[in-house]
Amino acid sequence: MLGLNKKDLSLLLIVAFLALCAPFILNPFPSDSSLAQFNAGYPDLMQRFVIFGIFAIGFNILFGLTGYLSFGHAAFLGVGSYSAVWMFKLLSMNVVPAIVLSVIVAGLFSVVIGFVSLRRSGIYFSILTLAFAQMSFNLAYSVLTPITNGETGLQLTLDDPRILGASRTESGGIPVTNFFGLDMRDTYEMVVGPWAFQFNNGYYLCAILMLISFYLAIRIFRSPFGMMLRAIKSNNTRMTYTGLNARPYTLAAFVISGMYAGLAGGLLASMDPLAGAERMQWTASGEVVLMTILGGAGTLIGPVLGAGFIKYFENIFSKINDGVLHTWFGFMPDGLEDLVVTLVHPFVGKGWHLTLGLVFMLVVIFLPGGLVEGGQRIGRLFRRKKSGDEAKKSTQSTPAE
Amino acid sequence: MGILEVKNVNKRFGGLQALGDVNLSVAENSVHAIIGPNGAGKSTLLNVLIGKLIPDTGSVMFNGQSVLGRKPFEINQMGISRVFQTPEIFGDLTVLENMMIPIFAKRDGVFRMHAFENSENEKEIVEQAEHMLESLNMADARHDHSASMSRGNKRRLEIGMCLAQSPRLLLLDEPTAGMARADTNNTIDLLKQIKDERDITIAIIEHDMHVVFSLAERITVLAQGTPLVEDTPENIKGHPKVREAYLGEHA
Amino acid sequence: MDAIILQILNGLDKGSAYALIALGLTLIFGTLGVVNFAHGALFMIGAFCAVTLQRILNISFETIDPTRTDFLGNPMKVKTTYVETWFGPEVGASIIDWAVPLAILFSIPIMIGIGFIMERGLIKHFYKRPHADQILVTFGLAIVLQEVIKFFYGANPIPTGAPDVFKGSFDFGMLLGFEANAIIYPYWRLVYFAFAAVIIGAVFSFLQFTTFGMVVRAGMADRETVGLLGINIDKRFTIMFGIAAAVAGLAGVMYAPINSPNYHMGMDFLVLSFVVVVVGGMGSLPGAVLAGFLLGILESFASMNEIKSIIPGIDQIIIYLVAIIILLTRPRGLMGRKGVMED
Repeated sequence: MLGLNKKDLSLLLIVAFLALCAPFILNPFPSDSSLAQFNAGYPDLMQRFVIFGIFAIGFNILFGLTGYLSFGHAAFLGVGSYSAVWMFKLLSMNVVPAIVLSVIVAGLFSVVIGFVSLRRSGIYFSILTLAFAQMSFNLAYSVLTPITNGETGLQLTLDDPRILGASRTESGGIPVTNFFGLDMRDTYEMVVGPWAFQFNNGYYLCAILMLISFYLAIRIFRSPFGMMLRAIKSNNTRMTYTGLNARPYTLAAFVISGMYAGLAGGLLASMDPLAGAERMQWTASGEVVLMTILGGAGTLIGPVLGAGFIKYFENIFSKINDGVLHTWFGFMPDGLEDLVVTLVHPFVGKGWHLTLGLVFMLVVIFLPGGLVEGGQRIGRLFRRKKSGDEAKKSTQSTPAE
Repeated sequence: MGILEVKNVNKRFGGLQALGDVNLSVAENSVHAIIGPNGAGKSTLLNVLIGKLIPDTGSVMFNGQSVLGRKPFEINQMGISRVFQTPEIFGDLTVLENMMIPIFAKRDGVFRMHAFENSENEKEIVEQAEHMLESLNMADARHDHSASMSRGNKRRLEIGMCLAQSPRLLLLDEPTAGMARADTNNTIDLLKQIKDERDITIAIIEHDMHVVFSLAERITVLAQGTPLVEDTPENIKGHPKVREAYLGEHA
Repeated sequence: MDAIILQILNGLDKGSAYALIALGLTLIFGTLGVVNFAHGALFMIGAFCAVTLQRILNISFETIDPTRTDFLGNPMKVKTTYVETWFGPEVGASIIDWAVPLAILFSIPIMIGIGFIMERGLIKHFYKRPHADQILVTFGLAIVLQEVIKFFYGANPIPTGAPDVFKGSFDFGMLLGFEANAIIYPYWRLVYFAFAAVIIGAVFSFLQFTTFGMVVRAGMADRETVGLLGINIDKRFTIMFGIAAAVAGLAGVMYAPINSPNYHMGMDFLVLSFVVVVVGGMGSLPGAVLAGFLLGILESFASMNEIKSIIPGIDQIIIYLVAIIILLTRPRGLMGRKGVMED
């Protein structure tokens, strides 16, 4: 079905199920319990999961398949956001033209940057992309202020022209983004006992686009094109002596991943119509690298997992403060409690990035395949244990016979 | 007129004359070996033949076209396939995938954006690849990771990948370097088989005499960047100049 | 003319910092073959060594001075630093005043120690891994180091003053026969430039004139052969890493008065330093130094109003632009050797 084999289809269906039921799955704790802070089922966070999932899926098409490590992909995300916000300002509050434009603009942008950067490989490629991204970031902050609104960031105002649609609502506010009349920020809340599940229009739009992106990524991975990309990563010499020109292949991969980033940027702006230059900074590029590696570069599901993991812990960890820690470790004797809280304190709350850096280092050192490899190792361990048990049984039963 | 014509090629690196007035003609459908002691300019000549090094003077024509200054993929498309000293295969890919890529390249050219077809559904490509693997006796290993194979099998696969594109000239750079005796003999047998079954020109650069004398129909001896003699293997064996070149090296 | 001289001078201090960081990066890359994204963090740690020493010297105790009263009429509390009580008020005050230069001594063992720990504990295991992995793990380390500093010192920049003697500016214009105040240049920046020149000179003569340096240079050219000679190259490389860390740290210590240390200064400088290394030529020490000064000066020229009015925004992108042009036209960089990281 859908041109996928059984294994890939079931993977797609699992991801689809998880994405569509996310408001339930991410909200397992009743809202009055002390564990409610671990719930992630609110629209803003769920949107981030899938949007950054798209970003990472796209990045993985470049890095995971061809091995070209770009340190400048945030530039495409930023460009996508700016394009989308301009579309809201000038044309209409419908998200479709905004998203389409952001993908196109990011695509064009990545054709130019990719064309130049891909003339080099290895660390030189990384530095070229980094240089381009930093240039875009610096320009967005300075001379391009008429387009980007500099440090303040690009926002909607009450006197945007908006050709198809009103500059302001009847009540005098700024109109909200919509999908053919369906407001992106509308949320339906389903209350079941102590649980409150939130179903947000914006989230579902993002989730569906993420599923489409994921599906396309699977197709690319399984296509002859994807095979060629892996061949480039594996042995570029053999590739060229086989009569294939690697550059158009890598450029195509670069542009596709740039368009994914543009889509993610457009969606970010569609959920919350503002765009700032900090989205293009190289630390933001670093983040998508982290997501992809953490999940497992070159695997299908890895980037999605990595994006979810990082965004979840970013939100949850940064909310944990000393008060929360004291309630957790309250069962301990006072002195010990304080000690534990002091020890844990640097890693939570504002210290979340410290934890992230450590986890990332540990993954690169011990688990280069990321969470996916971790899962496989655990799986193998269980299987071996099982087969070990069986082997033991059979040896035990032999003497009896 | 041979399929590969090297005329008056000179190449200097600084003060060193790496190639001096090399003239070479490889006849179509023959097996031609280029031998010579270390430092005789074999690698330099090879790099000139594949267009990687541009000589100071002279020309290299393949099938009536100049190869100089062309990119590797263009050289390949002219009908030259190259086998490397250390086998260059796609180590991260399976054996079958390794074999499919040259066949894709043969069919689709330097680039094709077939991003939404499924490579498993490319029946004709898969069939050809499987067929090729069978003729190499590697069909059982088709889903193995190619990096995990023995060196001899890697070499076999590499040669197979080249043949899958039905090249007019197969260029081998010390194909048995670093191989165990058994693997060397297997490779020789494979090359003999190829020679018998196909209309193909084979050029070998080699210093293992066993390989050279089991395969070659003509031999060019290179010494200090210049061809010393060119003759049949029988005549080369006792040739005084050749002995001198080799003994001179050992002395 | 005076404007041009001024811009060259202005470029020197930033250029010195670039050159010092790039020098360390190149040493590490050239000897160990490792692309170290945590090198900027070492620069930052150096700057915070200066902050720390200043804080330590300022540790004080309170006494009540009955002869004076504060504005509420209570007896005034007076803070006295321990340094002042130990060495007497005058010597003590000047020690505190000279905290930044003193931090040079304070930071060398710390930086070398950090360098050793980094190399033995982490980098060593990445020699054989691909460059992408090295970039990733050191990138992770850079995040960790910067967050640790942020945890202890907060997110705001910490002003760290130079000794009083060096406050104020030197009037270069008078010296060269221009009008007064045409070219004025802060003393401390001159000190920084001179300091950088000394360090660079020291590193080069160390590599040039000692046996140790000779082995390291040989190792940079051909690691395997030197290993075959039975020379324990690994140990020397560890020391080299320590030296590179110390160079970056010292660059940071002395930079503290120019730019108040903050936790992300390492990352800010790192990106630029990498560009410098690439422009200079991967693995070339003179190239790194040359490119450092060149780009520093170029950057300061680009920020002249006359130039900005012709090409708006050029000051923001000049370095990257140069890097892109160099990489595309001369991938080896200005002075890079052939075959280093070329594929």
